[in-house]
Amino acid sequence: MAATGAALYLFVTVHLLGNLQVFLGPDAINHYAAALKSVPEILWGARLGLLACVGLHILTTVQLARINNKARPTAYAKKANSASTAASRTMYLSGPTIAAFIVYHLLHLTVGSAHPQFSETDVYSNMVFGFRVWWVSAAYIIAMALLCTHLRHGVQSMFQSLGFNHPKHSPRIQKFANAVGILYFAGFASMPLAALTGILPPFFERL
Amino acid sequence: MKLDSRIPSGPIEQAWDKSRFDMKLVNPANKRKFSVIVVGSGLAGGSAAASLGELGYNVKCFCFQDSPRRAHSIAAQGGINAAKNYQNDGDSIYRLFYDTVKGGDFRAREYNVYRLAQNSVNIIDQCVAQGVPFAREYGGALANRSFGGAQVSRTFYARGQTGQQLLLGAYQALEAQVDAGSVKMYTRTEMLDLVIINGKARGIVTRNLVTGQIESHAADAVILATGGYGNVFYLSTNAKGSNCTAIWRAHKRGAAFANPCFTQIHPTCIPVSGDYQSKLTLMSESLRNDGRIWVPLKGGDKRAPSQIPENERDYYLERRYPSFGNLVPRDVASRAAKAVCDEGRGVGETGLGVYLDFADSINRLGRSAIEERYGNLFEMYNRITGEDPYTAPMRIYPAIHYTMGGLWVDYQLMSTIPGMFVLGEANFSDHGANRLGASALMQGLSDGYFVIPYTLGNYLASNKLEKVDTSAPEFAAVTKEVNDLVAQMLSIKGKRTVSSYHRELGKIMWDNCGMGRNAAGLSNAITQIQGLRHEFWNNVNVPGSGEDLNQQLENAGRVADFLELGELMCRDALHRNESCGGHFREEYQTEEGEAMRDDENFQYAAAWEYAGQDTEPILNKEPLAFDYVHPAQRSYK
Amino acid sequence: MKPASMNLTLHVWRQANAAAPGRMERYDAPNVSEDMSFLEMLDVVNEQLISDGKEPIAFEHDCREGICGSCGFMVNGVAHGPQKGTTICQLHMRHFKDGEELFLEPWRATAFPVLKDLVVDRAAFDRIIAAGGYVSVRTGSAPDGNAISVPKEAADIAMDAAACIGCGACVAACPNAAAALFTGAKISHLGTLPQGQAERSRRALRMVEQLSLEQFGSCTNIGECVAACPKQIPLEMIARMNRDHLKAAWTSRGEHRSGGE
Repeated sequence: MAATGAALYLFVTVHLLGNLQVFLGPDAINHYAAALKSVPEILWGARLGLLACVGLHILTTVQLARINNKARPTAYAKKANSASTAASRTMYLSGPTIAAFIVYHLLHLTVGSAHPQFSETDVYSNMVFGFRVWWVSAAYIIAMALLCTHLRHGVQSMFQSLGFNHPKHSPRIQKFANAVGILYFAGFASMPLAALTGILPPFFERL
Repeated sequence: MKLDSRIPSGPIEQAWDKSRFDMKLVNPANKRKFSVIVVGSGLAGGSAAASLGELGYNVKCFCFQDSPRRAHSIAAQGGINAAKNYQNDGDSIYRLFYDTVKGGDFRAREYNVYRLAQNSVNIIDQCVAQGVPFAREYGGALANRSFGGAQVSRTFYARGQTGQQLLLGAYQALEAQVDAGSVKMYTRTEMLDLVIINGKARGIVTRNLVTGQIESHAADAVILATGGYGNVFYLSTNAKGSNCTAIWRAHKRGAAFANPCFTQIHPTCIPVSGDYQSKLTLMSESLRNDGRIWVPLKGGDKRAPSQIPENERDYYLERRYPSFGNLVPRDVASRAAKAVCDEGRGVGETGLGVYLDFADSINRLGRSAIEERYGNLFEMYNRITGEDPYTAPMRIYPAIHYTMGGLWVDYQLMSTIPGMFVLGEANFSDHGANRLGASALMQGLSDGYFVIPYTLGNYLASNKLEKVDTSAPEFAAVTKEVNDLVAQMLSIKGKRTVSSYHRELGKIMWDNCGMGRNAAGLSNAITQIQGLRHEFWNNVNVPGSGEDLNQQLENAGRVADFLELGELMCRDALHRNESCGGHFREEYQTEEGEAMRDDENFQYAAAWEYAGQDTEPILNKEPLAFDYVHPAQRSYK
Repeated sequence: MKPASMNLTLHVWRQANAAAPGRMERYDAPNVSEDMSFLEMLDVVNEQLISDGKEPIAFEHDCREGICGSCGFMVNGVAHGPQKGTTICQLHMRHFKDGEELFLEPWRATAFPVLKDLVVDRAAFDRIIAAGGYVSVRTGSAPDGNAISVPKEAADIAMDAAACIGCGACVAACPNAAAALFTGAKISHLGTLPQGQAERSRRALRMVEQLSLEQFGSCTNIGECVAACPKQIPLEMIARMNRDHLKAAWTSRGEHRSGGE
């Protein structure tokens, strides 16, 4: 779980950096998209790799959940949480929600079937027009908030699972990860917000 | 009854080596043909079971707790002595031997004590190798601290949890043997009786504390390592479950009980706060290294301690014993505390307490140094009393802590019943009339790791042991007696709870057979205990049944035994017309209030023989010789 | 100054034996002194129950000074009750208020079946230790205690880990009923010391394997165990276990199971 999580974390980073090129204008991001698609072997290799990671991440989670449910079949009449973060306790909630979001996201901006004005080549317009619908943007922003809380516990958990916990360094890593989480959220949320507020105009208005 | 102590002849320094050489051995291939029962899983029992399993014997180990790791050795705080002389401060095996014999007020067997001092060195090595995290100096070497009754620094420790760490070492060794299949562990199982066949101990009858099942276990030898009987006083530093049942029932089957009145009162415990009090908590004696004990100079001084100026305080230990000061042995410190409280100078709500003050040490060494040394003890004190010992002095008072008496054993740790060995606090052998601090852990591990592996082999190899299993009629007879006893306790359904009897017994014992004893009080106590016992068997209320987990029933059996043992303790205290160690007879004291021993008439171990219910026990004497450490009045001035 | 007294209402899990169903029952605890320990409060309730001809509440306890690890149950959903770093036997009633309602429940985990009322069976912990939580050293074969020097820092970390009392609060508090803190503490204790190196890999492999055989849950690194631990064993000990286990699993030649017949 830690390993697949780490891979997915890496993907999220690259994906964010790639998409932020939308602020550089249609050409930049459309060229970037075209470049990604230019070698189908690499594109599909990466897609399959990601799919495998997601699949394994979910599979290990389901296994874990099954073990853990069996480990405590009788719930407490009263149970208080003392130390855990909300992020850590809601992994089972944030995870599936993010999964559902990914499906929608793929249909929306990759396949296009959930996008009324989808274009194969004009990624910029797909984003800008897609995000101009307020509830779509809202869904994206909420999903990104969940993703970032998921990552917040995920990073800490990954280091712990891989055996790294040091009284001096771990709090620093965690602070760094929290900051990165907020930064990622800001980065991802900036795109729908920019489209909604008109900071990212449709290409024809840029001319 | 003939007491053959089997003390080897010749110089004491070579005695243990010589007797090990003289002992018969069991061939390695034959060891697995012998079975051994070990009752108790503390330092003595746990280390014995692990070591015997490792040698190849078939071991069954029993404990009443849910895990062998919970035996009460776990609660020992301060440390364990060893004559390593790592501090280069003049320690030696002979000095540890000398200090222990003297500390025991010349009522211990010299040869046993010498062997104990010899083994102490190996114990530290063994425990370090097991991974016991003893305190270390920055250079990586083992650290030591000082303890009462000694002028060298020979105590090894693991923060304030030395007993815990030593026990976990033994427990881990034991579990390794469980995994290897050489030891079978029976947890939540209480020994209720001993089975003797043809004059030899051949098994035990137990109760499964979860199912209530009464079960029989046969073996070639039985080892009791069931700890002390301090809970006869109800309030003590012992665990609530600590009891005398195993040794008492063995006593009733023929094992002599030696020096039952030798009990140790620990000077530094948290005082009683109310009548609901269920136990007393010890504050490690090591606190006396840095804490100063005092009471107000004038009686009835109710000012807060910080309001009492230096010149109106009485640091009575430093005043009375200038050379040992706050580090006098436990019996001396306890009696001194009682004396100042009897004068009306005690502190706290009840007036039964003295101050243990760290202000000077905190000023001298800094708060962090004190925190490093005693942090967990200070926290414990704060949790219990709600007071902060960093800013106000602790209040302490003596409490029952350890019993030096126990089943009589010879040099090879065998009781008067052939085939039954007794280890650790359950036997009487090494501490005489008073135990020095950090010596109980040493004795438990010495007996278990380094004595019984040899002496048990000697017994098995030199006796013809016929095959015995639990179908023998002797097992059926004992099982019936046990069943009857359980049924009887459950059938009374009287008006009073088990604990109420236990509390009442404890009060009789504390008032009459505690820190100060006298003939009138002891005689009176014997009558009171007999009356209480009679009432118990007619009016106790043990709820529930015998067929499941029934904590009241467990406790009832233990209290019933305490009600008999208490009487024997008083008889022993009454017969011993002298003061020695923890046994202080008010009639026998010097003008300065120090204990007055009578070596001419009482230089012996009193081994009591059971003669039947309501019949006076028979006194047997094992004379004690002191060829190396010559009896003198102990002086800590 | 007389200690204050209070009246409390208890809701206690009552269950006759492992096979019987259980339920919460309500009891009054009147005139509780603030200087009582929590278990002394239960003692008083039990004495009253016995006098009323009812079955007293079974709960585990022994040393009553926070070191044997026998005691422990949930108080209002918190293992060992509200005071940090404190076993239930050391928790004193001054931490409660007059009129409070308290819910007492046993540790709940498949690996810790309830035996009666608040008493559970923790034998699984012994089996985890038996699987590898030791250093094999034959009695009498040890070198001199100072032959191998142990850096003070290593000894201190080992002691921090070895402070575990095996009470089971970590399992009880964990939403997954995992025993990672318990196991991690022992692996860290022995793995930090030079004496524990020879068996370090085997120990990690066998103990972790035993964890799943006992049907404990899996650690999700959320830290509830650490908050509940009366000895405040840090989360670091679980990371140390994971490290040892990963390394051992990677380098193992697959023959760590041996011993018992």
